[in-house]
This record gives sequence, C-alpha cells and structure tokens, in this order.
Amino acid sequence: MSDIQAESDLTYVREEMLAEAPPPVRDKGAVAWLRKNLFSSWLNGAMTVLALYVIWVIVPPLLNFAFFDAVWEGASREACATQQQGGVQPNGWFGACWPYIGDYFAQFVYGRYPIDQRWRVDIVFALFVIGLVPLLIPSAPAKGPNIVYMAVIFPVVALLLLSGGDFEYGSFIGIGEALASAAYDAGFWIDYALLALVFLGLAFAWAKATGAHALEPIKLVLVIMAALAVLLFLLGFDFGLESVPTSVWGGLLVTLVIAVTGIAASLPLGILLALGRRSDMPIVRFVCVVFIEFWRGVPLITVLFMSSVMLPLFLPEGVSFDKLLRALIGVALFSAAYMAEVVRGGLQAIPKGQYEGADAVGLAYWQKMRLIILPQALTLVIPGIVNTFIGLFKDTTLVLIIGLFDFLGQIQSSFTDPSWATPVQAVTAYLFAAFVYWVFCFAMSRYSIFTENRLRAGHQR
Amino acid sequence: MAVQDALPGRVGSGGNAVLNDQRVRGVIFQVLLIVAIVSFAWWIIHNTAVNLRAQGIEFGFDIMLDSAGFQINQTLIDYQETSSYVRVYFVGLFNTLLVSLIGIIMATIIGFVVGIARLSNNWIVAKAAYVYIEVLRNIPLLLQIFIWYFAVLRLLPPKREAIDLGPLGLLNIAGWYAPSPVFGPGFDFVVGAILLGLAASFLIRAWARRRQMATGERFPVFWTALALVVAVPIVVYFLADALTKGAPLTMEYATQGNFGPRGGTRIFPEFIGLLFALSFYTASFIAEIVRAGILAVPHGQTEASFSLGLRPGHTLRLVVIPQALRVIIPPLTSQYLNLTKNSSLAVAIAYPDLVSVFAGTALNQTGRAVEFILITMATYLAISLVTSAFMNWYNSRVALVER
Repeated sequence: MSDIQAESDLTYVREEMLAEAPPPVRDKGAVAWLRKNLFSSWLNGAMTVLALYVIWVIVPPLLNFAFFDAVWEGASREACATQQQGGVQPNGWFGACWPYIGDYFAQFVYGRYPIDQRWRVDIVFALFVIGLVPLLIPSAPAKGPNIVYMAVIFPVVALLLLSGGDFEYGSFIGIGEALASAAYDAGFWIDYALLALVFLGLAFAWAKATGAHALEPIKLVLVIMAALAVLLFLLGFDFGLESVPTSVWGGLLVTLVIAVTGIAASLPLGILLALGRRSDMPIVRFVCVVFIEFWRGVPLITVLFMSSVMLPLFLPEGVSFDKLLRALIGVALFSAAYMAEVVRGGLQAIPKGQYEGADAVGLAYWQKMRLIILPQALTLVIPGIVNTFIGLFKDTTLVLIIGLFDFLGQIQSSFTDPSWATPVQAVTAYLFAAFVYWVFCFAMSRYSIFTENRLRAGHQR
Repeated sequence: MAVQDALPGRVGSGGNAVLNDQRVRGVIFQVLLIVAIVSFAWWIIHNTAVNLRAQGIEFGFDIMLDSAGFQINQTLIDYQETSSYVRVYFVGLFNTLLVSLIGIIMATIIGFVVGIARLSNNWIVAKAAYVYIEVLRNIPLLLQIFIWYFAVLRLLPPKREAIDLGPLGLLNIAGWYAPSPVFGPGFDFVVGAILLGLAASFLIRAWARRRQMATGERFPVFWTALALVVAVPIVVYFLADALTKGAPLTMEYATQGNFGPRGGTRIFPEFIGLLFALSFYTASFIAEIVRAGILAVPHGQTEASFSLGLRPGHTLRLVVIPQALRVIIPPLTSQYLNLTKNSSLAVAIAYPDLVSVFAGTALNQTGRAVEFILITMATYLAISLVTSAFMNWYNSRVALVER
C-alpha cells in the first residue's frame, strides 16, 4: 500500500526515452576501423607500417613495369630497348614489352603446330570447354551423358583431331602376319580376333568352373573387345586429316594435353592403388605399397629422365614410343601414387559401420566399393584431389627439361629470337607466364573451395 | 540353409565349390599378380639386356671409378677433373643437401611468419599474408626458379661492378661475395667451449626437471643454458685472443678488383636463385600448414589454461604450441621432403646438384643411363624412406594417448 502511495507522490515521471547518442567519433567509421584493425597496439601499428612498406616496395614497381611504363605497340626489339641498347626508349627505362607477347602469342598457345591446321586445336579446345563447363556447374542437367562425353567421346575426338588419326597397327602375335603378309592392317585384325576368341574362351571356362551363368562374363568380354575394336578402328581410319607428329605440338596445347591426360589417368589408377593398399590380400597390399612409396619417394624430374632415357631400353628392339607419350606415362604414374594416398585418406575416414553395413546387406566387394564406400570417400577428399590436380598442372612445366615444348618451354625457346632480344624480354615473358599459370591454378583452388562449402552445407543440414 | 550360406565354402548352383571361395579366389588372384609382375619384370630386364648388348654397353657399376673429366663450379668436398664418378656423386649429393638444408631453414622461418601473420588481427598484415600465399603457391616452382635466376638476379650490376652490402660483402651478377671466415689458432678452444656448454646445458636440464618433479622448485634452465652456450664461449674467445696474440676468428672481405670482386666466399647465382625460389615457394605451403595447426587447437584450451592461472606466455608455450605442433609436424615434414625433391629442378639452371651433375652431365658423358638413374633414384628414395621412418617414430611418440 505504501508503495503505491509513494509512487503517486512523485511529481515528475519521464515518459519518453532519450534518443541514443551517437558513438564517440573514435569508435565509428573509418577511424574506428583503422584503430581496431590496424593500430590496436604499438606492436600492431609497427606491423602495419612494416606491411605497408613491403607493399610499397613490391607493388608500385610491379604496376609501373606491367602497365604504366610498358610498351604496348611495336614491331621489333627497337620499341622495347633503350637508346643505349639501340632502341627508342630513354635510357634507364624499364617496362614490359607487350608487343613481343602479342607477336608470339600464337606460338605460346600452339607451339610449332602447322598454322593452317590450327583450327583443329581450336575445335579441341572448344569441345573441351563445352564438356567441362556443364560438368562443373552442379545444377547443370545430364551429368551422366556429360561424363560419358568427357571420358570417352572427347578423348577419342581430341586424339583424332590433334594427331590426324590414321594410326597403323601391325600384327602383334605373328599369326596374322603369316596369314596376311601383304596387308599390314589385316594382320593386326586377325590377331585381334584371335585374342578376343582366347578371352571369350577363358571367360566361358571361368563361368563353367564357378557355376555362374555363362552369358554374363561372355557378354562383358564381347562388349569390351568390341568397344576396343571400334576405338582402334576409328583411330586407324583415314579421315583425310593431315598427320601432325607430336614433335611439333607445343605451348599451352602440350601443357593442357599433359595435364588433362595425367588427371584423367591418375584418378582411376589412384583409386585402384588405394583400394589395393587397403586390401585383405597381403601380396596385393605389398605390391601397392611398394609402387606408391617408390613414386612418392623420387622427384618427378628423375621419373621424366627415366622415361626419356630408360624407357626406350625397356622396350623390345624396333619398338619406340613417342616422346610426349613417354612423358605422359611418367607424369600419370607419378601423380597416380599421390592420388592413391589422397583416396586412401578418404577410405580411412569412412566409419567401419559403412563397410560392415554393406557386407551385411550382401554386397560383393566391387558393389560395396562402387555403391557405398567410394562415393562417400571421394566426396570427402575432393579438396585433396583438386590439390593433386593443381600440383600436376604445375608439374607439367618440368617436361621442358627433357626437351618437350610446353607453355613454359615455348616461352624459354622464344628468347633465342634476336628480333625481340632485349633485357626486358625475359621479365615480360615470365610475368605473362606466371599470370597464365596463376589463373589456371587459382581457378582450380577456388572451385575446390566452392565444392567443399557446397558439400559441407549438405552435411550441416 | 542360412548357416550353410554363411560358411566360406558355399556350394553354388552346380559349380566348383572351391573356386567360389573368397579365400581361394584371393590366392588365385595374388598368384596371377605375382606371375604378371615377375614376367613383366623379366621382359623389361631381358629387353634392356638385349638393347644394351646391341649398343655394345656392358651393365656394371665399375664405370663409377672412372675419371669424370669435367669441372663443377661449386664443390663442398675436394674435387678435380680427374676425380672419379663416385666423387661426382658425393659432390652432387652434398650440394643437394646443402641447398635443401638452408632452404628448409629459410622456408620454415618465412612460413611460420606468414602463417601467423595470416591469423593476425591486423587487417593489412593478414591480407598481405593471404596474397603472398595465394600468389606463390599457384605459380609453378620451375617458373619461380626461372624468375629468380633469369629475371631478378640478372638485374644485378655486371661483373666489374658490385653492390656493396657493407659487412655482408659484395653482390653482382656473378654471385654474392660473402666474407669468408679465417680461423685462428685459438678457435678450437671456442668450439670446445660451445660443445661443453651444450653438454652441460643438457645435463642441467635433466637435473632441473628431476628436482622440479621431486621438490616443485624451479630452476632458470633457459638463462643458464644461454650463459653456458653463448656467454662462456665469448669469454673464451677474448681469452684466446689475448693469450695467442691473434684473433681466433677473422673475416676476409671481398674487395673490388679491376676484373670484378676478389676474395671472400663466392656464392653462385644458381645457388641463390634456387634457394630463394625453393624457400619462398615452400613457405607458402608451410604457412597454410601452420595456420591450420594453430586453428586446430580449440579456444577452450586457451581459456582452460587461463583459468588455471597460467600466464599468456606459458599458455602459448605449454598448452597451445605442443598441441598445434602435433598437427603441424607431419605435413611439415612432407613439405621438407618435397623441398628436397624439388631441389632437383636445379638441373634447369645448372646448379650442380645430384640430378644435374650425376644424372645429367655424367650420364650424358658416359651414356650409361641405367646405372646413373638407378643410383639417383635410390638416393632420393633412401632420403624419403629415412624421413618417413623418423616421422612414424615421432608420430607414435607425440600421438594423443587416449585413456
């Protein structure tokens, strides 16, 4: 009662609240941001100043070189040389020489690929982009056909277009040669048919021995052998394209061929090796461990040396491998070992219950792996896989050491041209090369982060 | 029926029961694998033997004793043109190890600085570290080596001129002319003092630890060790200086001559270019490893340590860093290994490392591909395997013991 009494005695009650006062100047806007993020303490302030100094030392000279002092037009070295060096620029000038890049751009992309045939390379690039872009966009439809296109159709078409096709195969068992000594190709096909028959017989025998249905393995062998035959026929067919040997391929074309083939070969091979390393069969496990540790233990450059000087010794006399193909084999095996370790990480991260669950519902080994384990394991390690891809892409530069002309190799070889020889030539070319490689690798790493976030969102839901 | 199905030797519909047994199939598959691998190996060896015979080369390692007959500019051990290929091998190996070791130290320092900077509250420092990482690790190492060697180092003054770095010597396009140490007669005593100091520090540390376990009393181990390892040798240095009438250590500086700098220790531009490229490139990976390692320690650990009353310095040293290191060390070692293997790119700029002189020059000169490549690969393989063995041992030592 007394409370109410007291309240009513109050002569003044404030009814509206005061408006919020603005925060002090030092706590708001740019000043506050600077205080909080850059100068929160003396040490922090000193570090800011140091960082600004480092940026000041690096960035303005780089921008000056690349843009403000750069030469954009010119026909030969005079445009990019100082007067002392016999050019038109003032002494002490130091800037990029972009007309040289423009002049050589086509060579950096195609290498010494015949100029009138470069449309073939363009078509391959276009086909690649057409297949790749929808594959990378998660919401794009028809992933299945898209994968078939990228994994089967594109490689064949690309190989035909780039090399010109019309490959020749000889008899490989010898029976065909004896039967059809006149026709080189016929000898091969006779041998191929014989080999197919042998495989069919083996499949049939295996089916009989195990009591399985005989039709399944025979169908499998038939499909594989027929598909291979179609492939070989296409590659051997003369489409009337001019043959372009790989020795004249070069530039970005070779870089991309090595990178894409390496990626395409290393993923399945790496998965197989990873499964082998975690297999119950001791000998399989041992073989996989030795294989993986060997390739991971040696530098890629020794692998490439081996493939360029030792591989020819490994083959029977008269058989020789294309130089590019030898490098490809080395790169693929090398990155397969790294891929295997990445995939193994994913396999180990899958809870044991998933394996046991798959066993419990009666799935056989390959069904279990294909339907239950690998889809989960591979999505888990997408960042690792993309990292391996990025590493592989960067490692393609090493082929220049064994005398192939990839993008960087083509740039190195352009230095021998006296018509653009100036002190700024190398700096300009390396800046350009660094930018191109950086764009490719950075795009891959961003895409990997994007995928990672997308998949993690799925987990958190 | 259900019981029968579960048995390994299940009888299929009219087939051979043995062939349907998982274990038998496993054995068959493995036997086939062995046969395939052995015959493949035999095929390769046979082909190689035939090819070598056709080329008139006899396989064997006695070639290693022949005289090499070429010069190597940077040799850590005594080497002449008449030295054998075995010596070439060791020259190359030591050069590889030298650039790897210094590269590892530099990459670790830069990597830790950048990795911690990446986590800084300071916006500009964090962003600068981010840009460093994203730029450096997305450009191929070989290109970075070229950039350092053919672009950056070529901007240095020509042979007859030089940048004077003061106490650090002279620098021009032909390399860095660093001051070279000249050891006086008393220097052995200084080295002995340092070694004794190190040994004493270890003993004191063990004693201090035992005493702390027993009594709880602490002993300033760090300052004692510092005094023993640094201060005592300095005193010994001046004592030796006074007693033997000659400084135990003097520096010989390079001087500018008419035909370029003379004297000092010349460090070749190939070495500098390779070292910088390797260190800055690998540092970008180490920075990410360090960042991930520090982020992997939950904030609760820091809070718990504060609530126990530990000071920030002790929290960092006793709680955060040991746990972060457990995450950092394994990938860090693999980066060290990568750096060592990547040092083989030296061949591109002719730094005389193992691949360059042994699998390169010597191989080309003799044409004995098989022997030289095998030895080179075996060397790198041995380095890797030893490192991984050490890593496994370390991992099992620091692994979290869960109760």
